[in-house]
Amino acid sequence: MHPAPSVLVFTVLSGLGFGALAFLAVFVHPYGWPAFALWGLGYGLAIAGLLASTFHLGHPERAWRAFSQWRTSWLSREGLAAVATLVLLAPVALSDWLGLGLPRAFAVPGAVLALATIATTSMIYAQLKTVPRWNHWTTPAQFFAFALAGGAMLTGQGVAPLLLALLALALLAHWHYGDRRFAEVGASMGSATGLGPLGRLSVFDPAHTAGNYLMREMIFVVGRKHAARLRVIALVFACLIPALILFLPAHPATTGAAVLAHLVGAFAARWLFFAEAEHVVGLYYGKRQ
Amino acid sequence: MTCLPAKTDKKLGLAIDLDTCVGCNACVTACKGWNDQGYGAPLSDQNPYGADPSGTFLNRVHSYQVQPVDRAAITVNFPRSCLHCEAAPCVTVCPTGASYKRAEDGIVLVNEDACIGCGLCAWACPYGARELDAAAGVMKKCTLCVDRIYNENLPEEDREPACVRTCPTGARHFGDFADPDSKVSRLAAERGGFELMPEMGTKPVNRYLPPRKKDALDASPLAPLLDIKATGFAGWLDRMLGKI
Ligand code: SF4
Ligand code: SF4
Ligand code: SF4
Repeated sequence: MHPAPSVLVFTVLSGLGFGALAFLAVFVHPYGWPAFALWGLGYGLAIAGLLASTFHLGHPERAWRAFSQWRTSWLSREGLAAVATLVLLAPVALSDWLGLGLPRAFAVPGAVLALATIATTSMIYAQLKTVPRWNHWTTPAQFFAFALAGGAMLTGQGVAPLLLALLALALLAHWHYGDRRFAEVGASMGSATGLGPLGRLSVFDPAHTAGNYLMREMIFVVGRKHAARLRVIALVFACLIPALILFLPAHPATTGAAVLAHLVGAFAARWLFFAEAEHVVGLYYGKRQ
Repeated sequence: MTCLPAKTDKKLGLAIDLDTCVGCNACVTACKGWNDQGYGAPLSDQNPYGADPSGTFLNRVHSYQVQPVDRAAITVNFPRSCLHCEAAPCVTVCPTGASYKRAEDGIVLVNEDACIGCGLCAWACPYGARELDAAAGVMKKCTLCVDRIYNENLPEEDREPACVRTCPTGARHFGDFADPDSKVSRLAAERGGFELMPEMGTKPVNRYLPPRKKDALDASPLAPLLDIKATGFAGWLDRMLGKI
């Protein structure tokens, strides 16, 4: 699948933002200007991510329509959950900043919805049977691990190193199972054309000699050969370096450095998430046997 | 609404004969031509006469070589268009309700006025049947020529999909798969019509009819030639050359 920059920014930033919002709502009780800064960061990341997601739309001005099909569509549910989270947590954020003393129970629904937003984002990808690598529990696991580890780091939680370790496990699991998924699902050029029982198949003549939307969007082969190296970079930057930095004395600068390193790793991992994912339509083009 | 109808009254679709298809691409051209002038946004081309042309098509024809174990290889031409699936994943993933499956005849369509061009439906389709139009920014897909099949302004014989109407070898058949006596249902039953990628759980309506079994040649077709005894001048030449 084509790793479109808008979608990378969307999933990485909004994941981090909603993870931070969940922690702010329940575990952190900031006050005054620190509260303004923390909540502002959470909101800023979440909203920046959501805005980025509209950049790959053919008609962004109609984006409001995407709130309507929550009954069947994970993308629609994602939009609703995201907006509901931002609305529900706004009074809590204001109260923290201005010291209004809103009881903490008010933050619980917003925190639950922040988690729901992360789940729905991951299900947009995990639901797709056509992309076997994504169609697996390790997709939601990876999205949750990223959001929670990043959120914990950003809000200075002691549990962050543990969550970073879990993230490393989630990434390893996604790669381990992902590498086997296509074969496991069993789609082949034979089943795609139904000609499998007749004999050995190969592409004789392509359906078109220039590229098309399908090939640009779903048959992305560039850079797969660097996958192994990028996996190491993702693990080192997203998990290892931040965990080491977090053992230094707590200070906004160390937190910032840890989060920045984490983001580099997160973008590498998310790029791989797309670039390594093969869509079954590639079978028609002989891009996979 | 992106909920799929529990049942559709009709199941309109195509039976595509891989035995008779000669890969002429007439259906590709007819489809592009018809869908350039009526229903929804025209199928655009980008840089059509340049070095890197690209464009939107609702139907494309692939060609495969099949090498059986005991016979000569065959070429199979393979048209690929929307299969109007009963459990269409492209419909349920759509966040706007632009994609829908009609309860009356099972045709899967896109309401282009509501489509935001997110592309998720194209990701959900295993068959590459949806292409986002680069000029219009909306999703295009086969409409089963819904603007022909019910169109009373057309002569009766033209009220079938453009690709079916135009195919010079009659390799594409249109009809109702819900009716066991329809031409397409009988064709599928008699010829062993199959679904594509049943493991994807989409329950396609369209059926593909397999290539018929070809005769196997007993031995090399050139074998008899090897025994020819030349006579006359050719025989003399043959003997002379053999001595050199
Ligand atoms: S072939 Fe693809 S686009 Fe057509 S109904 Fe099936 S899943 Fe949807
Ligand atoms: S591209 Fe259009 S039809 Fe397809 S899922 Fe998005 S909104 Fe729906
Ligand atoms: S039925 Fe119409 S829209 Fe569909 S492939 Fe044939 S010509 Fe194109």
